Amino acid sequence: MDLFFQLLINGIIVGTLYGVVAMCFVLIYKSTQVVNFAQGEFLLIGAWICWTILVQFEVPFVFGFLITLAFMAALGIFIQMVVLRPMIGEPIISVIMVTIGLSIFMRAFSNWMFGQSAVGFPDVFGMNAVNIGGLRVEPAYLMSFVVSLFIMGGFFYFFKYSRYGLAMRATAFNQQVAQSLGISVKQVFAMAWAISAMVSALAGVVVGMVNGVSSALSFIGIKVFPAVILGGLDSIIGAVVGGLIVGVLENMAEYVDGQFLYWGNMLTIAPFWVLIIILVVKPYGLFGTKDIERV
Amino acid sequence: MAPAAPSTVSSPTPRSATAEPILSVNNIEVVYDDVILVLRGVSLDVPEGEVVTLLGPNGAGKTTTLKAISGLLRTENGAVTRGEIRFMGENIANMSPEQIVRKGIFQVMEGRRIVEDMTVVENLRLGAFTRRDGGSAIKRDLEMVLDYFPRLRERTGLAGYLSGGEQQMLAIGRAMMARPKLILLDEPSMGLAPLLVKEVFTIIRTLNRELGMTTLLVEQNAKMALGAASYGYIMESGKVVMDGTQSDLLGNEDVKEFYLGGGGEHRKSFKNLKSYKRRKRWL
Repeated sequence: MDLFFQLLINGIIVGTLYGVVAMCFVLIYKSTQVVNFAQGEFLLIGAWICWTILVQFEVPFVFGFLITLAFMAALGIFIQMVVLRPMIGEPIISVIMVTIGLSIFMRAFSNWMFGQSAVGFPDVFGMNAVNIGGLRVEPAYLMSFVVSLFIMGGFFYFFKYSRYGLAMRATAFNQQVAQSLGISVKQVFAMAWAISAMVSALAGVVVGMVNGVSSALSFIGIKVFPAVILGGLDSIIGAVVGGLIVGVLENMAEYVDGQFLYWGNMLTIAPFWVLIIILVVKPYGLFGTKDIERV
Repeated sequence: MAPAAPSTVSSPTPRSATAEPILSVNNIEVVYDDVILVLRGVSLDVPEGEVVTLLGPNGAGKTTTLKAISGLLRTENGAVTRGEIRFMGENIANMSPEQIVRKGIFQVMEGRRIVEDMTVVENLRLGAFTRRDGGSAIKRDLEMVLDYFPRLRERTGLAGYLSGGEQQMLAIGRAMMARPKLILLDEPSMGLAPLLVKEVFTIIRTLNRELGMTTLLVEQNAKMALGAASYGYIMESGKVVMDGTQSDLLGNEDVKEFYLGGGGEHRKSFKNLKSYKRRKRWL
């Protein structure tokens, strides 16, 4: 039974992390209508950059982390402006191909720059795994859980109360309407990519601290996809819920598999089974919007 | 032949303006997709603190004129290719909509176009997006707008579920939140019940009287529009064909005939309808 709870806790913690990355994905989709298949690579690049700054240049963690965020924001804006702005008005399939290309490029680039083998992060927190009710929890995971909740709260506040959050929602609703209100759509697009890249990098750093930095990080992007579909492509809350469900489900699959079935690798495929079932039963996802229709 | 009084216009308007108008559209030509000529030399003036209306049948170019002024033309691949649009002395033709909103022109688009998946208050706050004068001033204006539209105060759900009339009020309120110097209203009566149309126009008049809101109003409902406006322009096929003060237009036989319903004495009997051979349009 201990194993069950251990995996449940793991699932929730990993799930919040998925939720955060899924929110980044939704952020881009919602405001710019781009399905970003390179989301996982943002984690990868972010983690590598942070690792390089910390290990190679021996910058203290806080500064190194801030530099990473700044770099990722710049990268997000750069990609939006150079790669995706020319794609505005092109068919959706072309845009998807471009983001897939982007993901391949970024993964190959990081393999070339940083190598393929996993490297460990310096031990930032200097703590051993903590005990919560007899269960082992890595401090980095605990940290990531807190940070994730914080980010979710931040997203909520941003979209509900801030000027630019409202502007983003208006842009997501209708670009012409947004422009008629004096909102610069280009600015909103750039901002969406910047925030998305930054927050993804944060998630990348957290995962890197626990599992080490390697090209495997980009698989989180693929894991996040079922979470996003489950929650509904354009719902921030859906992304969080979807992330949690996928995280827990993954670990539960692991439990069931490890205890009873012995099939092996249930962990990796379970989310995709759910993805398929969701697409069949509820194509809009749990929270995806259908248009408001006044009768 | 041109109809008689008040005046047929093809050149800049000969108005006895007391002061420099806040907006002056000067002989503009608008082209969509580089080839489709929509406006063929439109000129009009909007003096500060007044309601001016732009009337005309479907496809005359009224909305295009508004979009040329607000810059939204760009979003539909259109451009002003000739003439100039002077707003407070500056040529704003072909500027981006963001720039133009910041200069103080706010367009309320046709069909309300409120953000349906936001609440009333969020929509209103969105109207203040370009303002830089701090949260407390915006909050004050929010209260003021809700005082003008008390029925919006009670609506706490999503704006998409408001009735058509409430949505129109929200759209006007959202424009007020930007504290614009000039509001462009595109067919506020569209799709509303007659009673609501009346209410919306009462609001337009009230806002003009109490807040001195300068408004350029595009309408199909000529009777209502002329009731609220002090001056009117009539457009057809991309041109202004006639203009005059409220009373001039209301008294004009052609305007009565084409836009207000009913007309001269000879229309009284159906027997005379057959012999009625006047042309129906100026162009």
